[in-house]
Amino acid sequence: METKNIMIVGVGGQGSLLASKLLGRLLLNKGYDTKVSEVHGMSQRGGSVVTYVRFGDKVYSPVIDQGQADFIVSFELMEAARYTAFLKPGGRIIVNTQQINPMPVITGAADYPDHLDQVMERLGLNVDAMDALSLAEEAGSSKAVNLVLMGRLSRYFEDLSEEDWQEAITHTVPEKFLELNRKAFHLGRSV
Amino acid sequence: MKTLMLGNEAVARGLYEAGCAVVSSYPGTPSTEITEYAAKYPEIYAEWAPNEKVAMETAFGASLAGRRSFCGMKHVGLNVAADPLFTLSYTGVNAGMVIAVADDAGMHSSQNEQDSRHYARAAKLPMLEPADSAEALQFTKLAYELSEQFDTPVLLKMCTRIAHSQSVVEPGERVAPAPKPYEKNGAKYIMMPGNAKRRHPVVEERTAKLIAWAETAPINRIEEGSDHKIGIITSSTSYQYVKEVCGDRFPVLKLGMIWPMPEQLIRDFAAKVDLLVVVEELDGFIEAHCRTLGLPLAGKDYFSCLDELSQNQVAEKLGLPHGVGIQVDQEIPARPPVMCAGCPHRGLFYTLHKLGLTVLGDIGCYTLGAVPPLSAIDSTICMGASVSGLHGFLKATGGEWDHKTVAVIGDSTFMHSGITGLVNIAYNESNATVIILDNSITGMTGHQQNPTTGFNLKGDPCTKIDLESLCRAVGIRRVAVVDPYDLAACRRVIEEELAADEPSVVISRRPCALLKYVKHNPPLTVNQDKCVGCKACMQIGCPAISVTGGKAQVDDTLCVGCGVCEQLCKFDALRGHGEV
Repeated sequence: METKNIMIVGVGGQGSLLASKLLGRLLLNKGYDTKVSEVHGMSQRGGSVVTYVRFGDKVYSPVIDQGQADFIVSFELMEAARYTAFLKPGGRIIVNTQQINPMPVITGAADYPDHLDQVMERLGLNVDAMDALSLAEEAGSSKAVNLVLMGRLSRYFEDLSEEDWQEAITHTVPEKFLELNRKAFHLGRSV
Repeated sequence: MKTLMLGNEAVARGLYEAGCAVVSSYPGTPSTEITEYAAKYPEIYAEWAPNEKVAMETAFGASLAGRRSFCGMKHVGLNVAADPLFTLSYTGVNAGMVIAVADDAGMHSSQNEQDSRHYARAAKLPMLEPADSAEALQFTKLAYELSEQFDTPVLLKMCTRIAHSQSVVEPGERVAPAPKPYEKNGAKYIMMPGNAKRRHPVVEERTAKLIAWAETAPINRIEEGSDHKIGIITSSTSYQYVKEVCGDRFPVLKLGMIWPMPEQLIRDFAAKVDLLVVVEELDGFIEAHCRTLGLPLAGKDYFSCLDELSQNQVAEKLGLPHGVGIQVDQEIPARPPVMCAGCPHRGLFYTLHKLGLTVLGDIGCYTLGAVPPLSAIDSTICMGASVSGLHGFLKATGGEWDHKTVAVIGDSTFMHSGITGLVNIAYNESNATVIILDNSITGMTGHQQNPTTGFNLKGDPCTKIDLESLCRAVGIRRVAVVDPYDLAACRRVIEEELAADEPSVVISRRPCALLKYVKHNPPLTVNQDKCVGCKACMQIGCPAISVTGGKAQVDDTLCVGCGVCEQLCKFDALRGHGEV
């Protein structure tokens, strides 16, 4: 199988490391060669963060380059727009429409661009926009945005059952938050 | 059983399987997790040392005592430990000793992108360079064998993409060698001139033996290709980019040992291809070696020595197809990292900003005090440079800047390299004001304990170094402690200490807001009737505060109720809700 590429982008502290850990577990269980590349340190302090997940028969590079992502899963609207160049022709952007103002916007040095989901669609990109924050809150915590988005992503993988995903969730999420995260995943997958 | 492991976790697994007994390190991105994972094995004694030099010397002592040992650090940490490094090359080891150094091409979390491979050549030490987690484990174990076989410390070179990528690993069993007896051997371990003179030729002979080993070592392997127009020499993450874009088309010489390098193997490889291409990140290190062999090649004239390489960059330079994407055709505002909501550094830096001080900064989360709107740092060089730099600045200016210049340094960084600078201030009497930002943890690298926290790497209670007593003991008479959430107190104390005609230390003390034991207050609320939209609360650069429709808003998912913004509001519009 040709290597598939999933890019997870968002704001430091939104839980992208857990999402990538979950994907890694799931894909390894399915017998794929898998690589997950993370960023630690400075950018975790509220900066723009990128995680790469790659799987297939044989994966070499740990990172995804421009024009190569089958999926971009964005935890925040502006972060999706920042990384569209990484999408492969025909790839898909799953984006949480939540807006988190970066410091230049907070201080008034820049404006948060308007209607970014429409801007991306006008460029001919496949955009699957959703309000993951509301679903996360419905599941019990605004922090479960990551699992809601994993739920949405799961709809595009027909050969992976909900049981496969739930097994991976059970092994990556702390037990205390398991029910909450299961619910968030299910809402993302079904709504 | 196959499992996914972070490169750093795989190194720790390698330490375990090789029977490593003692680990001593100082945290630094991207090397930190090696030691954190190593600490999870009860068979390994693991600790955070105050700095990399201490860590390396501790590992040396353990090796001398006959137990396999390890120290890990980031690239700039090896600068700190360079002193023992160069002489340990002369003494060699008793039990195996491995030193991991993690480079940060692209400077994801570093102040420079130096190429640590130069240290291997300069110190005449072997250096292995894994290209994924499986090799990280395998090479760590091999490093111990080489260390004992060739009587040398062995460097294990990581980089961000290997250290912080997870890939498939098959863990093995632990095989702990019996401890080696310690026998006094002054000729080998006492490096005074007479002895060192006799050890230097041993080092040169060792390098010759290692070159011979490198010629046939399985970790330096040729992967055949169908098209011999190009032959590529590469290593580490660059190897992965090459294979990603070329597959099996061109022959590849993958170097697992990056120093010393083989000669005949490279000559034979070059002879089989029309054009030799060297693909490596940062400096032309392999390239320089190939050039000393007189081989024509393409290298850094094609591939930049700046930043990380990527598969697209490799494809483009080799004339192969590469990915192109669609960029949104409008400017997307940058999202730089910021101090967290409730960060105790914020109130202190706001005070420095308002007082218009010149601030010599240091390495840690608080480097973020340099960015707008606080913009309260003038320099950041390396661990400890704030304190010693301030001394030089004040000595050079003859008193003119004494009352408007300070140094800021974190608790962990102060223990690492700040103490000696403070000793210099006391001893050579500059009228310096040093501010220790004590947030009770090593923050930036992800919450590691340090000598001032009262806990060790394993989380057990231990001796807590008292900063006030320490500063007084080195000769500083004026030591003040202030809560950085209290802006009035911060201002008063800093003004007092700047006015004083002797050196002083201000300890700005409040634990990191992200620490689990720190209790948060309820989020602040904005009284919309009272808020006039003056944006005074925006001067502290808190990510939880914004102004929408002319009124301040507090994001209650971020706000931890620190109350610093409340002290800036002249209209009583921002209200806290008391202590929990």
